[in-house]
Amino acid sequence: MFRPLPRASGYFRTDYADEIALIQTRGERVTLIVFALALVALPFMASPFLLDLACQVLLASIGALSLMLLTGYAGQISLGHAGLIAAGAFTTGILSREINAPFWVTLPASALTGIVLGLIFGLPSLRLRGLYLAVSTLALHFIVIYLGGEYETKRGFSTGITVEKPRIAGIALNDGRIWYFILLAFAVGSLLICINLLRSRSGRAWRAIHAKETVAEALGIGVAAYKLLAFVISSAMTCVAGCLFAYYRGFVSIEAFDLFLSIQYVAMIIIGGMGSLLGALLGAAFVTVFPYVIENLLKLLPNAKSLAGDIFAVNYASFGVVMILFLILEPLGLVGIWRRMQNYFLLWPFKKKPLAGARK
Amino acid sequence: MQLFVNIVVLASIYALIACGYVLIYRVSRVLNLAHGELMMLGAYAVLATASLFSGHPAMALAAAVVLSLVVGVLVYVFLMRKMTGEMALAAILTTVALGILIRGVVLLVWSAQQQYPAQALALPNPSLMLPGGAYISLWSAALVGTNLAVYGALFGFLRFGRWGMRMRAAGQNPLLAAQRGINLHRVYALAWSLSTLTGALAGILMALDSGLTATMPVIGLKAFPAALVGGLDSLVGALFGALIVAAAEVLLIYYVDPLLSDVVPFLVLIAMLVVRPWGLFGTREELDRV
Repeated sequence: MFRPLPRASGYFRTDYADEIALIQTRGERVTLIVFALALVALPFMASPFLLDLACQVLLASIGALSLMLLTGYAGQISLGHAGLIAAGAFTTGILSREINAPFWVTLPASALTGIVLGLIFGLPSLRLRGLYLAVSTLALHFIVIYLGGEYETKRGFSTGITVEKPRIAGIALNDGRIWYFILLAFAVGSLLICINLLRSRSGRAWRAIHAKETVAEALGIGVAAYKLLAFVISSAMTCVAGCLFAYYRGFVSIEAFDLFLSIQYVAMIIIGGMGSLLGALLGAAFVTVFPYVIENLLKLLPNAKSLAGDIFAVNYASFGVVMILFLILEPLGLVGIWRRMQNYFLLWPFKKKPLAGARK
Repeated sequence: MQLFVNIVVLASIYALIACGYVLIYRVSRVLNLAHGELMMLGAYAVLATASLFSGHPAMALAAAVVLSLVVGVLVYVFLMRKMTGEMALAAILTTVALGILIRGVVLLVWSAQQQYPAQALALPNPSLMLPGGAYISLWSAALVGTNLAVYGALFGFLRFGRWGMRMRAAGQNPLLAAQRGINLHRVYALAWSLSTLTGALAGILMALDSGLTATMPVIGLKAFPAALVGGLDSLVGALFGALIVAAAEVLLIYYVDPLLSDVVPFLVLIAMLVVRPWGLFGTREELDRV
């Protein structure tokens, strides 16, 4: 059964199937179908540049979703996300370069690397919390990057590893549109995985650990196991994103995975809004599109030619400013703004939600 | 012998930077990941003041140091003050964002080229021979000396100074300190300005010694393990931590592999986190303050 507009007036379910259904109302179903159609139609309308941008957003959103799972829900801070993406990309690069492995070998291999690295990244979390954990993931990031750099110099690929596009039935996948759909499938897949993980036992355990570890333990949740699970799942997803990155770019180099990339991913979940999958997607889109917006804004300035060399620096500085503004003015991120807008229309003509428990 | 001198110089660099991390963390429990960038800003400030006071190198250096002090206060007043009482992750990320901003601004103003403040100030950098046949450049020697002076001054200030005592009190128990009439905002601002001051000193001396590029913050980040190994809230610890990290780095580079240089501090850091997360001299706090 689909009911129209449940939110404002409260919504009462009558059977368990309703409770479990992913799409609960007709409104949601309609918006979803429209959105899906738009996503499918996009590659046939967009220019190659926009298509590439869309692919980048999809790639980033896989990474952002996995980081959101770890930081936004399980509460384990990680500053080493770029290291994990690098690990996935390098696993793919090395395997396809050294033993000419096809993609159906490299993809699971990357995921396996992710699982192992997740265990390693997660081990400090059993002992450390908060700031110290963040620092230990930061350190691991540098170590992964060092290993990648070491491989590059020792094997003589100091400029980077080229990765050939995967082939299915002898046809190389080098069309932008095909890649768009592959990435879309992976992004939707990881979104579904995240949604389902979060509304099942593991998701509840992570939230409990996030809220208060001691209480979670007292409730019978295996804190250590669930922490490790969060790290393992998150880093496996991230490494898969890294594998896709390697194939999509066709090129892997250690310079692409510096600390700034880690910070960008953290920025995605902060700007998007902590503790919300929608936030991860919005943040990924925002952070990915942001530099191009800045570039185009700069081109609008009168003496655009002379500024061309400074685009990188301007990007850097304005990214810092935007991050600071979000942290200070809108800690709930884009999702916070979105919810406020929703509430505004739902509550109109009133301004504020009634306080919970104020009813007599 | 040369190896020993190298270790001492590197340890001084790390120690001088690490005391900035320690000061801020000890007083306000905030980890300042923009410290490397603030340090770089101090070094670039010398370039600006060098053209302003051309012919007076001492004036230019003094002006740059004062400028960095002001920057520290401004950072606290306009940015970190808003983050007091927020989640520590948010505070850390604010400093990270500040670092990105500073890096962008530095690139915009001074471009990514290598700069030589020593030439801009017309200061020489001769090699000095030490007894035992080792060489040390003049500015490295100055750095070692400055480091000792800074640590001496800081110990004295924190131990006997009125404001130093207030800083210790604020670090120990902010609520109680505020109840006793200590103006926390002033104490925090002081900690930030002292921290950028010491950072800028390190940055300036390193830039005078070997030139300046926008990659300097990497050194700032590598000094962080020194602070943590010694204990994030202990100045003595920072000295010892710097010595340990520097020794490990110099020896491993020399005997194993020069490429290791960027990771050694972090390897030491992880080893320390596994064995004794609160550091050699740090107080064993509840680690979930975040």
